[in-house]
Amino acid sequence: MKNKEPLILVVVVAFTLLTYWLVEPFAHSQMHKHVEGENFAYADLSPISKTGNAQNGKVLVTGAAGCTGCHSINKESMPAAMDAVTAAGSYGVNPPDLSNAGVVYDAKFLADLIKNPAHALKVEHKFDAAKGQMHPMVPFYGAGGDIDQEIADMVTYLQSIAVSKEELTPTMAYENACGRCHAVSYEKWTQIGTKPEFKFEKESLAFDIKVLEYQESLTKYMGKLPPDLSMYIRSRGEHFISTFVENPQNQLAGTAMPRVGVTADTAEKVIEYLADAGDTKRHERASVGKNVMIFAIIFAIFALLWKKQVWRELH
Amino acid sequence: MAHFTKATSVKDWLNQRLAVEKVEKVMASEYWIPKNINFLWAMGMVLAITFALLLVSGIFLLMYYQPDVKDAFYSVNYTIMRDVDFGWLWRHVHGVAASVVFLVIYIHMFTGIYYGSYKKGREMIWISGMLLFVTFSAEAFSGYMLPWGQMSYWAGMVITNIFSLGGLHMDGLVEWIRGDYVPAQAFLTRFFMLHVLLLPLAIMGLIGLHFAALRIPHVNNQDGEEIDFHAESKKYLAGDKAGSKVMRFANDFMSKDMMVVGIYLIFFFYLVFFQYGFALDPVNFDPADGLKTPAHIYPEWYFLWSYEILRPFSVNIGLIAFGFAQVIFMLLPWLDLSPNAVPASRRGAFNIWFWILLVDMIVLTAMGKLPPEGIFSTIGLVAALLFIILWVALPFITKNEKKA
Repeated sequence: MKNKEPLILVVVVAFTLLTYWLVEPFAHSQMHKHVEGENFAYADLSPISKTGNAQNGKVLVTGAAGCTGCHSINKESMPAAMDAVTAAGSYGVNPPDLSNAGVVYDAKFLADLIKNPAHALKVEHKFDAAKGQMHPMVPFYGAGGDIDQEIADMVTYLQSIAVSKEELTPTMAYENACGRCHAVSYEKWTQIGTKPEFKFEKESLAFDIKVLEYQESLTKYMGKLPPDLSMYIRSRGEHFISTFVENPQNQLAGTAMPRVGVTADTAEKVIEYLADAGDTKRHERASVGKNVMIFAIIFAIFALLWKKQVWRELH
Repeated sequence: MAHFTKATSVKDWLNQRLAVEKVEKVMASEYWIPKNINFLWAMGMVLAITFALLLVSGIFLLMYYQPDVKDAFYSVNYTIMRDVDFGWLWRHVHGVAASVVFLVIYIHMFTGIYYGSYKKGREMIWISGMLLFVTFSAEAFSGYMLPWGQMSYWAGMVITNIFSLGGLHMDGLVEWIRGDYVPAQAFLTRFFMLHVLLLPLAIMGLIGLHFAALRIPHVNNQDGEEIDFHAESKKYLAGDKAGSKVMRFANDFMSKDMMVVGIYLIFFFYLVFFQYGFALDPVNFDPADGLKTPAHIYPEWYFLWSYEILRPFSVNIGLIAFGFAQVIFMLLPWLDLSPNAVPASRRGAFNIWFWILLVDMIVLTAMGKLPPEGIFSTIGLVAALLFIILWVALPFITKNEKKA
């Protein structure tokens, strides 16, 4: 009698794979819009044409441009004028500390942001100056000289005080670029910082109240409370997060979320931070997985040899 | 009272009290299996192993899971996935096994249909098997509620809504099932109970029945051959192992079972560690939110074919079609009127019927997941109608089948 088993196996595997392909890759390609990444090139923004001077930039940032009126630069011992909760009450969201802005954000983006925040952030549908809807960050109208030179100086200054790309950790990247709107409760991160361990419940509750007050302002500003991102690495996946961060409007037209303007390197670090939060055991999974596969193969070989031995007498 | 003598060994002691030797013979060494069966006959063992994996991983998960709408998501995604050592492993094993078990069930079912293993005294095997399919479905659905993610909540909403039975507007029944107007605490706790107690008990009882139902009619074979098990087993015991048409279940067939299990486990663990996305839907990693309906609500892949029989029709007709699809497989032994218990390849029209049914169910599965728009909803409607036509036609095409 001819052995039909190989043919049967081919039929079973073929139908299984066909079903899998239909319900997974094919169905998902039909259900979700595919957005191609743009390598964080920000091709719509023009490159900085002038060579900046950090010294002049410092004078502008701390003086004529008025940046430090709202932004802290802790690294340079320039504290914020208000605490996070009060700032959110005034602006909707706490303006970021600028210590590491030069490494977190793309230079072209920073230049455009200084000149026209709503444009760089891609929220002109929400903030239309013609209709009197002003973005809480005031555009820089120039300090009397060549405005492009002045902006180049400011960007260069911010880059000069920032840590190097290598020193920027995933946590720093996340807290700078995303953390003032998105909590990550699994990492104990709130919009006003990491929640400390308190000795007394009263202190813990007082902290929670501050977070709630901040969130109230943020909700009013954004239309809804930006989601907690703890499990986003599993619920959205790397590709979605990366393309969404690059340009939220591509994935969700009309969203209140601004384009954040991070560099490709920062985006990678943000994703690593989210993977640490929501897929913490991925490295362990890979290493245990390898060992289990080796075990399973050895088991199968022994099972095969046993079968051969037992069946020798049966034929 | 029976007469007991002083035991000569532990085995003898047990033998006098539990008849272990006799049990071993009945269950293993003199449980005669035909030799002419292929690896598809090992799917029962594959299912038993998968069920064992589900049970063991489930026990570990149960030690940390919190059936509370406020804590359930956290206990699964933080406590189990981050805090508990290897909690992630148990969850992935459980989630992947819950999905793969249905793949093997479907292979097992279609094997039974192809080789006619539901006829000539094997009807109870088929019925108990279909009851297992139903209880496994309920087990899978109730388990899917537990992480209390977006898909848990909304699938729970959609599926329990079916019990309002469309035009009958039995909203009271839906509320009774949910214990609330919407899926909430009462809903979660009762599905938790069903998932970890009542349904597993039912499954274990049915597995016992399924095995018992197989003992008397014996295992079918791939040639539709009627084997004289008594004569053939005597031949085997007399030493003509090679000439006998039967073999022992253990170790003879079990060695092949384990070989198939070995290969299956390579596939299974590959899925657990490297390709688990199909079983752990991304949407369910968002916590349940009754104010935010997901863009696409779909059941797990193994329910898609019956979901697609519900979906293309208007509410009432869809429900009737859905009800039809749920019970019709159970009636197979009585709808197939041919006395031939041979492989479909030798049964003419039935062979065509079998392959069309298989392909139709795969088409239904695919359309059940795709958004019901344009060409997909047309294909879905045609496939659903074809499914019904196939089953209505079955008695007619098998009635005049020639003796094979």
